[in-house]
Amino acid sequence: MRVMLVDDSKTIRRIQRSILEQLGYTEIEEACDGQDALSRVAAFQPNLILLDWNMPNMDGITFLKAFRQKDAATPVIMVTTESEKTRVIEAIRAGVNNYVVKPFTPDILQQRIKETLEKCKAAA
Amino acid sequence: MDATLIRRFIEATQNVFGTMLQSTVSFGKPGPTGQIRSVGDVSGIIGFSGDVAGAAVIRMPMDTATKVVESFCGQPFGPDSEDFADAIGEIANMICGSAKSNLNSSCVNISCPQVVVGKDHKVQKPSDAVCITIPCNAPQGPFSIEISIRAAAATSSAGSSPHAAAG
Repeated sequence: MRVMLVDDSKTIRRIQRSILEQLGYTEIEEACDGQDALSRVAAFQPNLILLDWNMPNMDGITFLKAFRQKDAATPVIMVTTESEKTRVIEAIRAGVNNYVVKPFTPDILQQRIKETLEKCKAAA
Repeated sequence: MDATLIRRFIEATQNVFGTMLQSTVSFGKPGPTGQIRSVGDVSGIIGFSGDVAGAAVIRMPMDTATKVVESFCGQPFGPDSEDFADAIGEIANMICGSAKSNLNSSCVNISCPQVVVGKDHKVQKPSDAVCITIPCNAPQGPFSIEISIRAAAATSSAGSSPHAAAG
């Protein structure tokens, strides 16, 4: 199970990594913005992506639109402070599979990861 | 300044500290910036644009900031560390992002965080902005939230951040 973390905050990536490791996922790649993620995603071939929205250089929604042109299947969970209904709808339209609003507890993130992977497995 | 905006910042701060630092924050009476003494050795700054234009500054004395970073990261980082600024920036980002999401306005954008570290520095606000300070007290120590909001005119991009100067 390969997981890619895309967030401009090293602190958030560290927290997410620790939560993923508790779930038994140790193959983790980090990217600091959408551009960085796009340059790494083909080589890393993630099974799951956790994606921030507001980032420098390339934001999460721009990354997602570009990524979905090549890969419609890999689950993506948006992890962001953006919680307005219009933003959530925009993210779903762009191809996000689930949504976590910051600040989040480890339990919430773990729960969203599990339900996302189960849904995608059932749909495959 | 709209009292709703101040309330949203208080709720957002309680939420961020409660969820990410397992800490409860108490709040003093908000007042005009300048009339309330606040020590700012470390500032996390976020710009707003759109229906609400301006900036919010999370200002902390060094001792508070050091303890906040340790609570948030689970390990201590010195003020010269990249991780220290990153943690303060992310806390500012979560507070402001959460506050703006509760404004019921579909058109407010926030900038990426900027962090200033320097003993008792000043953060200069735009002259046409209304500035309010909310005094806060966490188990990690006192800090403040300074909100400067310009009249409702929309601007084209996020980032109307104030300028910081050591002082």
